[in-house]
Amino acid sequence: MIDSHWAPWLNAVIGGSLIGLASGGLMLFNGRIAGISGIFHQTVAGSREAWRWMFLVGLVLAGVVAVLLYPSVLPAVSTASPATGGALKVMAAGLLVGFGTRMASGCTSGHGVCGLARFSLRSLAAVVTFLTIGILVTFLIGVVGGRA
Amino acid sequence: MKHLASSIAALVLGFIFGLGLIVSGMVDPANVKRFLDVTGQTYGAWRPQLLAVLGAGMMVTTMIYLVAKRRKHPLVEAGFHWPHATAIDRQLTVGSALFGAGWALAGYCPGPALVAVGSFSSDAVIFVVAMAAGGFLQHFLQHQLAAH
Repeated sequence: MIDSHWAPWLNAVIGGSLIGLASGGLMLFNGRIAGISGIFHQTVAGSREAWRWMFLVGLVLAGVVAVLLYPSVLPAVSTASPATGGALKVMAAGLLVGFGTRMASGCTSGHGVCGLARFSLRSLAAVVTFLTIGILVTFLIGVVGGRA
Repeated sequence: MKHLASSIAALVLGFIFGLGLIVSGMVDPANVKRFLDVTGQTYGAWRPQLLAVLGAGMMVTTMIYLVAKRRKHPLVEAGFHWPHATAIDRQLTVGSALFGAGWALAGYCPGPALVAVGSFSSDAVIFVVAMAAGGFLQHFLQHQLAAH
């Protein structure tokens, strides 16, 4: 029996393991780092390499399948939802994430999962930086605007 | 034939990655925001579980990378593309800081945002379009700076 206190931890470990399986798998099968920001930026910039497109289609497809079969596992997020806080804020956040990940050549997957798995100091520096700033900005949101 | 195998592998691995993001709770922006709220001041209570996502993802990836490193070439492609960059420079830290700020603002990093596009989240669509724009902007500015 798994009581509700441990359920989020179990989900985190199972979900994280699936992420690891896919990240390791992309190297073992395709010889590539599973860095989603890199794959995304290369694709929208016109990459013709099929594996990039297919990986992104797989990601999106997971969302489609989940929302059709198990809508309860996905949060109902709309622009009006307090979970994200409005379209303008989401747009600003997207710009920052796009700009930052292209500048740093990686995000939570490429530097986080894959970089740390290779014991890359460069990726560790990236992870420490984005976690620290993420925590700091979250704190400041609380100071400035309450539950923004 | 090799080309088809590469595409199918990438599609399946992208799908597994997406499932991992859903199961782990990474796709829910509220979850991510509470993970970054280590003091609990902004959203009420710290949710440390996402640390286990990174931990499990990294460990499984490390194990599969060890298998990959023993091979001459990947299963469905000609060669391995291991990253060579090691520099911890301003490009990496400033980029990661901007990414961290955007991540905290919306609760989305690139992977979960793409999965959420698949589950018809209007916020995720706005975020992903802005993310592409942010990437283009960074690329453009970088080239402008390099030209002068």
